[in-house]
Amino acid sequence: MTNQTQDLEPRRVSQVGLRAIGRAILRHKLARVGLVIATLLICMAIFAPFIAPYDPNEQDLYNVLSGPTAKHWLGTDNVGRDLLSRVIYGSRVSMMVGVVATAMSATIGVFIGLVSGYRGGKVDMVIMRITDTVMCIPGLVFVLVMAAALGPGINNVIYAIVALGWCGFARIIRGQVLSVREQPFVEASRAVGAGGMRIMFKHLLPNSMAPIIVAATITLGGTIMLEASAAFLGLGVQPPTPSWGKELRTGYTYLERVPLFSIAPGLLITAAVLSFNFVGDGLRDALDPRLRGEGKKQ
Amino acid sequence: MNNLLLNVKNLKTQFLTDDGLVRAVDGVSFDLYEGETLGLVGESGCGKSVSALSLMRLIPNPPGKIVEGEIWFENRDLLQISEDEIREVRGNKIAMIFQEPMTSLNPVLTIGRQIAEPLELHRHMSKEQALGESVKLLGQVQIPEGKTRVKAWPHQFSGGMRQRVMIAMGLGCNPKLIIADEPTTALDVTIQAQLLQLMKNLTRDYGTALIVITHNLGIVARYADRVNVMYAGRIVEKGTARDIYGDPRHPYTVGLMASVPRLDQDVKTKLLPIEGQPPDLLHVPPGCSFNPRCRYAIEKCHQETPELVKIGEKHEVACWVDIRK
Repeated sequence: MTNQTQDLEPRRVSQVGLRAIGRAILRHKLARVGLVIATLLICMAIFAPFIAPYDPNEQDLYNVLSGPTAKHWLGTDNVGRDLLSRVIYGSRVSMMVGVVATAMSATIGVFIGLVSGYRGGKVDMVIMRITDTVMCIPGLVFVLVMAAALGPGINNVIYAIVALGWCGFARIIRGQVLSVREQPFVEASRAVGAGGMRIMFKHLLPNSMAPIIVAATITLGGTIMLEASAAFLGLGVQPPTPSWGKELRTGYTYLERVPLFSIAPGLLITAAVLSFNFVGDGLRDALDPRLRGEGKKQ
Repeated sequence: MNNLLLNVKNLKTQFLTDDGLVRAVDGVSFDLYEGETLGLVGESGCGKSVSALSLMRLIPNPPGKIVEGEIWFENRDLLQISEDEIREVRGNKIAMIFQEPMTSLNPVLTIGRQIAEPLELHRHMSKEQALGESVKLLGQVQIPEGKTRVKAWPHQFSGGMRQRVMIAMGLGCNPKLIIADEPTTALDVTIQAQLLQLMKNLTRDYGTALIVITHNLGIVARYADRVNVMYAGRIVEKGTARDIYGDPRHPYTVGLMASVPRLDQDVKTKLLPIEGQPPDLLHVPPGCSFNPRCRYAIEKCHQETPELVKIGEKHEVACWVDIRK
């Protein structure tokens, strides 16, 4: 009597329960690791002024390009600034860009996808064709083009990332909406007098959150990567602000003398991207329909 | 005695499918008076649900379309008013209760928020006011401990309780008419009786008219004042419950009554099904759509479609033959 196919839809967040989600993520080994590392990195970004031993811009021209010493655990850069502090402050840029760009992409993409999925017909077709086209544009190339057109600052990098990033979200939520809108409770809502906007935001969106959350975590990793790549090429934050990609770039020149200069930021970029991806994997499993947990519907 | 609430004239709703045009509702006309309970019966596919959805203009536009007819309600033809205006009617003046309680509630919203939705939309209540009213409504539909229940999720309720929630949602704005589309089909028999009695009591207390769509003749006999019997998109017989059960005149109605097993029958008595299949709505037979299955059919039945003719005070039938002879 109960609709069989319902059991195969992604679990609603409310049904599984936040505790069950937490437990499920922790069950997933990689996700555990990812969660720890991601939390550490986020703390690094937030508490940078308290953790960093030196001012990242303080130059010590007598102590240029030293390897790791007792005073400077990671050594100094080419103008004597403490690398550890620069790398710690660099996390701020990466996290900020990651979060902001992902949030903006998600917001725009979700809105467009909602409208596309709900309206259907010609509107849907047009929007999807646009989405397909934009999706084909390679990320890094586009960032370069935008930077060339608008200037190299960090804001333009963010705009460029968002200009392409919304597509993934739009597709995902449009797919969800196509199935959710056929559910009887949507019709019931219409029968009670709800109009388009209300149905989209109160009924369709909350029932489509699971894949969005997963996509957001994974996009976060990708965005950090993209920003680092852009910084490597000289775009993004301008000197003297430190950024992982930028430090990696500068360190490139001194790779034989002080390899740690490039390796440290490189490792952190890798850690950030991987940890977010792992958390995303864990979330995906947690919201998997086959999960048996507390609060699950019969 | 009571005032006329709803007057449907020649309603026609069609669906354009890849295989052709389906005349789901093909010229349906009926009245409904205030406070009255009307039973709408017929087999699956006869057009009962589509008629009800048409009343609220909930027919999905491709592929369906209400191509003709007038629906007079509160001095307005509901088919002519704007989209905004009909949204004002839905959930407010006319409420609908759907068949599947298991899926008619949004799984990610609490019960309270869902009952509150029509209250916020139409009675412009604030969130807190609406929540308070929801608690009251839960009491009306006999769900105890409304204050805690209002924060529960749909998956924590059984089917019968969810249907009560749907009824509470329907009553929220004190509508003039409630349409219940197979409200108890998905529930166990004992719950069915409880729920129908609840609906009957509530509509009596509030003076609401009720249209009950069902293929269960037992429900209709007990709870309906009048009955419309539908077949292949048309109404073939109308009357009071007594007329339909005591003196059915359309061969289809007769067949329906005869096919229901009775408790006072001998166990060995064979059931009398109506021979044949309901018509393929893509290819409706000419003349009376029931003629392939009808044992009273005459020449005329194959040529002309009968219209409803009055044969009693509230009794009408659409048939060329007087089956009493």
